[in-house]
Amino acid sequence: MAAALLHGVGSTTPLSSVNYNNSRRSLPGYVVHERKRASFLIQCYGSLLPGSKIGINRAAKLSTNAVTTKQDNVTASTTSKPGHELLLFEALREGLEEEMERDPRVCVMGEDVGHYGGSYKVTKGLADKYGDLRVLDTPIAENSFTGMGIGAAMTGLRPIVEGMNMGFLLLAFNQISNNCGMLHYTSGGQFEIPIVIRGPGGVGRQLGAEHSQRLESYFQSIPGIQMVACSTPYNAKGLMKAAIRSDNPVILFEHVLLYNLKERVPDEEYVLNLEEAEMVRMGEHVTILTYSRMRYHVMQAAKTLVNKGYDPEVIDIRSLKPFDLHTIGNSVKKTHRVVIVEECMRTGGIGASLTASINEHFHDYLDAPIVCLSSQDVPTPYAGTLEDWTVVQPAQIVATVEQLCQ
Amino acid sequence: MALYLSKSGKLLPHFKQKICSLGMISLSSIGSCFSQNPPLSPEDGKTPYAAPAHHPSLFASRRFGSVKAEKLASITNTGDSQALNFPGGIVKFTPELKFLADLPEERIHCYRVLDESGHLLTSDFVEIDKDIAVKMYEDMVMLQTIDTIFYEAQRQGRISFYVTAAGEEAINIASAAALSMDDFVFPQYREAGVLLWRGFGLQDLANQCFGNVGDNCKGRQMPAHYGSKKHNYFTVASTVATQIPHAVGAAYSLKMEGRDACTITYFGDGGTSTGDCHAAMNFAAVLEAPVILFCRNNGWAISTPVSDQFRSDGIVVRGQAYGIRSIRVDGNDALAVFSAVHMARKMAISESRPVLIEALTYRAGHHSTSDDSSKYRPIEEIEWWRAAQDPVARFRKWLEIQGWWRCESDTELRDRARQEVLNAILVAEKTEKPGLGEIFTDVYDFPPSNLRDQEKSLRQTVERHQRDYPHFQL
Repeated sequence: MAAALLHGVGSTTPLSSVNYNNSRRSLPGYVVHERKRASFLIQCYGSLLPGSKIGINRAAKLSTNAVTTKQDNVTASTTSKPGHELLLFEALREGLEEEMERDPRVCVMGEDVGHYGGSYKVTKGLADKYGDLRVLDTPIAENSFTGMGIGAAMTGLRPIVEGMNMGFLLLAFNQISNNCGMLHYTSGGQFEIPIVIRGPGGVGRQLGAEHSQRLESYFQSIPGIQMVACSTPYNAKGLMKAAIRSDNPVILFEHVLLYNLKERVPDEEYVLNLEEAEMVRMGEHVTILTYSRMRYHVMQAAKTLVNKGYDPEVIDIRSLKPFDLHTIGNSVKKTHRVVIVEECMRTGGIGASLTASINEHFHDYLDAPIVCLSSQDVPTPYAGTLEDWTVVQPAQIVATVEQLCQ
Repeated sequence: MALYLSKSGKLLPHFKQKICSLGMISLSSIGSCFSQNPPLSPEDGKTPYAAPAHHPSLFASRRFGSVKAEKLASITNTGDSQALNFPGGIVKFTPELKFLADLPEERIHCYRVLDESGHLLTSDFVEIDKDIAVKMYEDMVMLQTIDTIFYEAQRQGRISFYVTAAGEEAINIASAAALSMDDFVFPQYREAGVLLWRGFGLQDLANQCFGNVGDNCKGRQMPAHYGSKKHNYFTVASTVATQIPHAVGAAYSLKMEGRDACTITYFGDGGTSTGDCHAAMNFAAVLEAPVILFCRNNGWAISTPVSDQFRSDGIVVRGQAYGIRSIRVDGNDALAVFSAVHMARKMAISESRPVLIEALTYRAGHHSTSDDSSKYRPIEEIEWWRAAQDPVARFRKWLEIQGWWRCESDTELRDRARQEVLNAILVAEKTEKPGLGEIFTDVYDFPPSNLRDQEKSLRQTVERHQRDYPHFQL
């Protein structure tokens, strides 16, 4: 059964791979990794099927190199233009601004996004440039302005709805689940909802339980939406642009603690693939799957592990819905051991779904049960020490890998 | 306060500029707060809106004025009373410890043009051409026929569910007639007449109720949850009042484009209690969105009478609470509804503002086929409203007085309508249902790998156990 499914998953049409190869050559200066998965990339991306005019444009702009380990960055920078340094929130803003410049239908709505520039300054300066109508300050009614965004999207605009904190979007759950995810389907495909819903979430520094929600757990079941989580300035900008260009409703999860990360991003325009996972570190012994802030805890643990002689492969899954089972699958087939590190709670989180999914598809390739490290099923406490203990720490990750690789 | 007053930004030229004073702010101070940004070049062809830099005199409205702090004088002396420039504007003080009344002394009056016998009560209404008036009547009769027959069809087990608009035919047809085809309609579920007016066919209605391959919603929604992009009628969702924020958002989109169109959204008395309704109305006012908020106050939300729904004088009084112009009309009077919607549309578009219309009427049918309203309201009451206030009969009487309709034509019209509807049902019943693949399309723009896997798996299951899936179209 697993084999049959894999076969289906891996097949491609020759026409698609031709498109892709052409596009690879059109991107200057990128270090292109020869990857067999390249042709599958189009298959799962869907919109690059022949006959789709959007697909051809997108193919040209796709970044082929999603690897962002230190070494690769250096090679990329020396062979191409130097690029420029950005903090993550600036990268989000740059992506947003480029899209607003490119397409006049793109607009932003949310609380304090206008002249105030957003609670994390992602929309700073945009109201001055594009006006109060295109960067709209809303009253405190998440259900209403999310609904507004849906109505605007159905009639031709491409709105980006900002939740000041992802947790507030719980108030908009009805609109997101029953309308945003559904109306394209129930209208028989007549009405599209190219909306992007974004905001900071995750466990921060003593923000209290209500401001430490991990909404990806609750939203992952909604049919009709896509979910992505950014973790570096590079992928933040690329995912923001991809989300805006997508005709599906996309929820972009940012993390409160990652906004000030600094990285060098290319000067040239690039758009990332929404359904693609990011290979952070290649390895042989164990596959560590993670996303968002936990990526950094994992990389810290990886340093320790390397010193101890282990060779972990770290993948930032980025696409929370749907999972990039191709990248993940290839990794599992290589290492035969999986650790999932997430910030969600144990019950019903992304890790839980991912565990089920990997078990279902790649059971034959596993040498050991999948281990999922997640937060406990408790509201996030305020006290610093307590908060630290609810979030997975690098030491735990090291211990788990050591035990798994015995 | 700083947050409210220091908004600044470029203005779009099609946006109506309202110059209003905020306490002691002078126009010159506002003008100087704006930097002259270079205009976006029209040649790049990307933006339909030019920069407003060449309209400096149109600057300064409450929304966009940035205020210099020292310009705000705190106290104005106007004789013996004092006022203060609070956030939000100047407010006069009063020495009286007096509360505003909870209800007005008299309920807000209801605009009516025709009496029950079809005679004009006023000349203050919008004239209608004979052709439009006759089409309105024919469509109202057709709507009544459709409702009756589809309801019967549900009782016979041919469709699973239906909602009628009994008693609200005038609201449906007259409001639709007063709008243009470019106006976006965001319905609740009792507005099939609006779609009918716009040209959605009988067969299309029947197909949707039967969920067959002819259904443009591809069998995805319950009966009577129509939707048609061609007719600018947005697909009905079962969730209550979620369409109101959608309508405001769509109005925002129309405003951005500067189009000569508005949106209209319908909701019932029950829907006004929801959070979405409140927030959307508030927002429409703040945003100055060209939306008509049409409340069908028919007295009942399933079994909840309006006395249990709210304690205000209906919905019309809420307009003022949000800063929205509002009117109360007789929902069973087609001419009154037509006039109100016609004027509301004008206001909404030319002044870019929301307008609230409360149409008082009565839900002459049950809430839906899943309801038996005789359980919670007296049958005599239902019968009285159905007969004495029948909007279709009243309009017909007016048409006859005008000499635009003859009594004899009625039987012929109704017979013909009945035949057409029955035929549409027969055809729809026989038409096949959508194939298995339609379960997985339109979830996204293109099916992702997990859905393709799931479809494959389902197909295999159905093929393997064909006897257990006899009706399944593959």
